[in-house]
Amino acid sequence: MTTPASSDLHDLSVAELARQLRDRQVSAVEAATHFLGRIQAAPQWGAFVALNEEATLAQARAADERLSRGEALALDGVPIAHKDIFVTKNFASTAGSKMLDGYRSPFDATVVTRLADAGAVTLGKLNCDEFAMGSANENSAVAPLGFDAPAPVRNPWASDRVPGGSSGGSAAAVAARLAPAATGTDTGGSIRQPASFCGITGIKPTYGRASRYGMVAFASSLDQAGPMARSAEDCALLLSAMCGPDPDRDSTSLDLPAENFARGLNDSIDGLRIGIPAEFFGDGLAPDVRAAVDAALKEYEKLGAKLVPIALPRTELSIPVYYIIAPAEASSNLSRFDGVKFGHRAKDYGDLTDMYKKTRAEGFGDEVKRRIMIGAYVLSHGYYDAYYLQAQKIRRMIADDFQQAFKSCDVIAGPVAPTVAWKLGEKSADPVANYLADIFTLPGSLAGLPGMSLPAGFGEGGLPVGLQLIGNYFSEAKLLNAAHRFQQATDFHLRRPEGI
Amino acid sequence: MSKNKLVQGYEVVIGFETHAQLSTQSKIFSRAPTAFGAEPNTQACAVDLALPGTLPVMNKGAVERAIEFGLAIGSHISPKSIFARKNYFYPDLPKGYQISQFEIPVVVGGEVEFFLGDEKKTVRLVRAHLEEDAGKSLHEDFIGQSGIDLNRAGTPLLEIVTEPDIRSSDEAVAYAKELHKIVTWIGICDGNMQEGSFRCDANVSVRRPGEPLGTRREIKNLNSFKFMQQAIDYEVRWQIEQIEDGHAIQQATVLFDPDTGETRAMRTKEDAADYRYFPDPDLPPLVIADEWVQRVKAAMTELPRTMAARFVADYGLPEYDATTLTQSKAMAAYFEAAAKACGQAKLVSNWVMGEVSRRLNSSEASIETAPVSATQLAALITRIADGTISNNAAKQVFEVLWSGEATEVDAVIEAKGLKQMNDSGALEKIIDEVIAANADNVAQYKAGKEKAFNALVGQIMKASKGKANPGQVNELLKQKLA
Amino acid sequence: MALTPQDIGRIANLARLELQPAESERMLTQLNGFFDIVEKMRAVDTTGLEPLAHPVAIIQDVALRLREDIASEPNQREANQQSAPAVERGLFLVPKVIE
Repeated sequence: MTTPASSDLHDLSVAELARQLRDRQVSAVEAATHFLGRIQAAPQWGAFVALNEEATLAQARAADERLSRGEALALDGVPIAHKDIFVTKNFASTAGSKMLDGYRSPFDATVVTRLADAGAVTLGKLNCDEFAMGSANENSAVAPLGFDAPAPVRNPWASDRVPGGSSGGSAAAVAARLAPAATGTDTGGSIRQPASFCGITGIKPTYGRASRYGMVAFASSLDQAGPMARSAEDCALLLSAMCGPDPDRDSTSLDLPAENFARGLNDSIDGLRIGIPAEFFGDGLAPDVRAAVDAALKEYEKLGAKLVPIALPRTELSIPVYYIIAPAEASSNLSRFDGVKFGHRAKDYGDLTDMYKKTRAEGFGDEVKRRIMIGAYVLSHGYYDAYYLQAQKIRRMIADDFQQAFKSCDVIAGPVAPTVAWKLGEKSADPVANYLADIFTLPGSLAGLPGMSLPAGFGEGGLPVGLQLIGNYFSEAKLLNAAHRFQQATDFHLRRPEGI
Repeated sequence: MSKNKLVQGYEVVIGFETHAQLSTQSKIFSRAPTAFGAEPNTQACAVDLALPGTLPVMNKGAVERAIEFGLAIGSHISPKSIFARKNYFYPDLPKGYQISQFEIPVVVGGEVEFFLGDEKKTVRLVRAHLEEDAGKSLHEDFIGQSGIDLNRAGTPLLEIVTEPDIRSSDEAVAYAKELHKIVTWIGICDGNMQEGSFRCDANVSVRRPGEPLGTRREIKNLNSFKFMQQAIDYEVRWQIEQIEDGHAIQQATVLFDPDTGETRAMRTKEDAADYRYFPDPDLPPLVIADEWVQRVKAAMTELPRTMAARFVADYGLPEYDATTLTQSKAMAAYFEAAAKACGQAKLVSNWVMGEVSRRLNSSEASIETAPVSATQLAALITRIADGTISNNAAKQVFEVLWSGEATEVDAVIEAKGLKQMNDSGALEKIIDEVIAANADNVAQYKAGKEKAFNALVGQIMKASKGKANPGQVNELLKQKLA
Repeated sequence: MALTPQDIGRIANLARLELQPAESERMLTQLNGFFDIVEKMRAVDTTGLEPLAHPVAIIQDVALRLREDIASEPNQREANQQSAPAVERGLFLVPKVIE
């Protein structure tokens, strides 16, 4: 069998790699070995937190057997990596928290199982903000591979910049060509924003499309899993494997059959109505980002799309609404981390209450503690109606605004974030500044709508700028089609960071 | 409305919260088994342990049982109810919150009716809601530590809450027994109080008649009817003493100690009050279509109240008999089988409530294991009805059947020669002899002394060794003395 | 409306978090900073609006899915307790629970 110069294996798209694997031009073991080598050779990005070479190669060998029998599965032999928010049997599952340092899950997350069932080979686990809380990946309490203390994930486009978060490790790994694709999770923008900062493509499906079973819960009514890869086509391939009902394990997963989201990739987008929300283009938007987004929209017009102005009047409100609802749910979801059944327990303590308080004080990082405090407060006696209930009602208004908007457009487009990736540490002292930067991703999250980020150009310092596309419920295929057509006409998604 | 009896001039006000474990195979939100008494934590799966990434999935069987209960006590079944999280930290609560129903429960309203002596009582229910049970903390065998067993965590519970309608400990126990009867009768709960399948909390307060409700104290985990009565009586006395001594009652949760017979306040969790309830985002609303309720209704067994009414209507039993016979499904079935077989409902009722129950109680046996079957009893009663044997003779036959020496009624009657003497020739002969031998009684009777007549009857019965038919004796004797 | 140090103490206790004095102060400042941006949310008129739980409920009914009552989870105590801090004879050990 002819082995291609392995140096270009990592430049292949998932689609192309899958084809070469099927055609036996490259074996799954070769592919896995190649990427494992790259991962170990490039620890500086701080992207990976766990490998298990044995398990990875065992999966690869099994894939090769199927491939040699001509029984190839959809993603057979394609190496991928999982955000460490998904629990896995073969790798420690930490959710970026000291609380789960070295935790071993007795089961795999449904998304992990579904991808394995499609033949994908797991390379390892990816760094993320603690319990997926953050937008810079500066909140991880776990030491990445090659480090003996927690270290930030770095943006492959500029190592002094953040990769975004909370799926920062996933975005950095794909951008640095350490994996052809990765899984991420998105609660308030945690797939779209790092994808934008790292110049890759990522999609968050409709809430309920992908099972949440085995995702360490942050905010139950918002958390969704999704793929992160270099192209919309690759995302479509992974998303098709990831989604599907999970009636035995997740009561919020919808009864929607698995779909082939790649089916309409090449459909014409002539006449596609793209809604442009004025609120996404206000003073808060950095000029360089605006320029790149405007240029991308011009490109869409060339492809036959029509830009229609729309209004999402409660865009700004989505910040307080989200930062009430998400912490409220989180404060309750994180109560199970009490040092009794699993995870960290303080060394020295007095009585039971003291054990709880010390264990949780030691196990949780600052941002997690802040959100637990906010959440417990807005749910506490006398404040529930004014905060949590009020937020859930405005959430309905926000979702209604989108339904209103979709009467006049097919998809909505705008920036993913107000700026390009900021410098490491630049905002870590100011939590609220981080919250404000989520403004463009939060409305879609609160409404549970599918949304994606695709490379749209470059801004200040040659840093990537992402274009956000938001679709109506269940319209993932349409989003991916619109993104794919854009990527057929542009090459932003093919650009590589210097030195990669 | 009967006036409530007062204790030292105080009116007792009691409301009940009962936790009935539902008789499902699997837990309310997981597929782990619910069987009692397994090795610690062998029936606690990843979901029950709240391992990271696990989520709840609702058990249809638990909902069905809640609907059955609602129908049994005439409640409204909510077409849409909501599961909420009750947040607090406790080692036997794996998630740090209990999934329960708060604002909108599955069962709303309804009432439980029962007899207190011969007085009919009605207790209104506020609601019944579905929730998950917690695990257990074991304090023995570990110095300074407790061991946590989460096998029970996630067992489905129906929490049944009454209005404060109960006015005495007797009434409280009668209510609890009736509720226990209902849940076991319809089979939604095994009712095993020792194993904690049926746990009662009593909210007790006292007040001067006409005054607003007093501050209540909640007596937790009353797991026997005996303790229930003792605990409430003690608590009522204690509260009255406090008030009489000029102390205000502080709201509290108390435990009953069977050894001392006293109640004591539990260590109060300082923030127990703030449970931060909110709708569980992992569980969409529970929707129950009326069509489902109708299906459950159609499949339900006849309820004790309905059956008692039927016994009155179809068998002409007094309401007291009907209520007594429907204390348990088995007894009701036994009665109905015998009554159908011999067509002597009232006689059967007397025997079941009398002889049969007496012997069962003395041997602490249940009617399922009664040595005399309903068919045998029916055969025996047939023989009483057709005059073959007297009641006394029947008791002898019953004795034999019960002891198991014989099984065939007529055979026993033959063997023991208990047939009543029905040929008048032989009887007249005896009567003539007795009249001859007791001239003085005859004289007294003729002088109008009724007692003398009974004396003669006695002589005749004696002479016939009890085989004479008393009715026939009276008749013939009267003729002869006329 | 601003939080007080007492609020921080109350909430930290509810959430079972031990906060050092310096931490509590920082927490107070940061939470008050956050609640400033929450104020405009409180002013919104939401009378007559139902809260939105499952987002997709905005376009279609989302009802709880029910599973058949079948016990099928095997005993996996060993695997389930592999990351437990303190276990003896299959029981999780904690400081004595006083009732």
